[in-house]
Amino acid sequence: MVSGLINANPVVYEKKERRLRNLATLPDEYAVEPIDQQEIFDHIRDIKDPEHPYSLEELKVITEDAIEVDHERSYVRVTFTPTVEHCSMATVIGLCLRVKLMRSLPSRYKMDIRVAPGTHATEAAVNKQLNDKERVAAALENPNLLDMVDECLAPSYG
Amino acid sequence: MDLLDGNLELKEVQKLQGHTDRVWSLAWNPATTATDVPAVFASCSGDKTVRIWEQSPSTRSWDCKAVLEETHTRTVRSCAWSPSGKLLATASFDATTAIWENVGGDFECVSTLEGHENEVKSLCWNASGSLLATCGRDKTVWIWEVMPGNEFECLQVLQGHTQDVKMVQWHPTMDILFSCSYDNTVKVWWSEDADGDWSCVQTLGESSNGHSSTVWSLSFNAKGDKLVTCSDDLTLKIWEADIIRMQSGDGYAPWNHLCTLSGYHDRTVFSVHWSRDGIIASGAADDAIRLFVESKDGLMNGPSYQLLFKKEKAHDMDINSVQWCPGEKHLLASASDDGTIKLWELATLP
Repeated sequence: MVSGLINANPVVYEKKERRLRNLATLPDEYAVEPIDQQEIFDHIRDIKDPEHPYSLEELKVITEDAIEVDHERSYVRVTFTPTVEHCSMATVIGLCLRVKLMRSLPSRYKMDIRVAPGTHATEAAVNKQLNDKERVAAALENPNLLDMVDECLAPSYG
Repeated sequence: MDLLDGNLELKEVQKLQGHTDRVWSLAWNPATTATDVPAVFASCSGDKTVRIWEQSPSTRSWDCKAVLEETHTRTVRSCAWSPSGKLLATASFDATTAIWENVGGDFECVSTLEGHENEVKSLCWNASGSLLATCGRDKTVWIWEVMPGNEFECLQVLQGHTQDVKMVQWHPTMDILFSCSYDNTVKVWWSEDADGDWSCVQTLGESSNGHSSTVWSLSFNAKGDKLVTCSDDLTLKIWEADIIRMQSGDGYAPWNHLCTLSGYHDRTVFSVHWSRDGIIASGAADDAIRLFVESKDGLMNGPSYQLLFKKEKAHDMDINSVQWCPGEKHLLASASDDGTIKLWELATLP
């Protein structure tokens, strides 16, 4: 077991203001409200980093701009930036993002999760694992890993 | 039915529900080709069970005849019937392979094969039913010998892949084994002598015009001289070999890349299956089923393939497996993350 933390002194940023949705502007209460960047970001901003008591937003691991949504085609791509280049928690963070979105978005949504290009030493390997559905499914059947993921996700169910 | 004459459609015959989690794989019982035997297939799921489905001869509708449960403790990833149709082998993430026998309508687990270090992902019986191959995330391929009394003995553990092995498939007529992997390659395993050691005789990788990402599945044509592979790189690749030379005992005949079908799939292609009359069906993560055939294009040197039909939104979620029924022509089964199985008929539009 590694005794020290991967990144003992992370940079902590301020949380962004939470904009309230202006419901008065919705003309038709039956209109389908398209899922947008802000909504995806709201689902994942409070996920706790696996090593520190800070959210992924506070550590700038994810930002609203790094989310691509195509509502017409039901597609989402989240790009995240690990705090350190050789972060071994990158796959755990990616897994947390995928699980939270799987549980929050309609099942027709297709999603790709990746590390921001140039921010991780084994970028291609991490991306491949995170987007292999079978590997993700098998990983989530591991109770220890699932517990870790659920612990990170707990603060995000606001 | 002239396939190339246009105006074909995949008509949904029935939607089968029952599994409570994604359906990963399905396998038609090979004994289904007999005329008086009702068509049967098995499906396996993330709900840790295997379901047996049978077509009622009177109503022609499909019902679940049996649920094989309380054996695997994790996802059941793959299933395969022995060539006689009497045994069903199932591969699970719980690192075991279970062998089931149909004893008067009830399926009993008659053997459990252990050995893989972690998730077993695929299995396949050879043409004579004397050998069973399994593979898994531990990067190995195991060859088991089928002994009397439902005993299985491990003949050899094949090392060579550098990553997770996704699928194994025996050649339809010869004892040559193929494996597909997360390491982007397809490996060919062969034993020159009857009692000799198996070794990797060929690797279809990027340098042989192979795939640039995980290879998920492969399938042979009826003659066994061509095979099709599908991958996370969004392409299908067709390969061919001089099988006649090999069948005449002239040593190993290597497989060569014939063509690549790209631009047709938008997301990972998980499954591909070549029907007896030459239609390649593909199932992908974009929820669509696509059918391809060899095009009779005299202008090209050698065969080329064309898209025959695309069924968009065949399922509500990713399609994990597509399998043509061995008996009835043009009946296709598909399994999906949405927990359902669908049966399709390829028909000409009126």
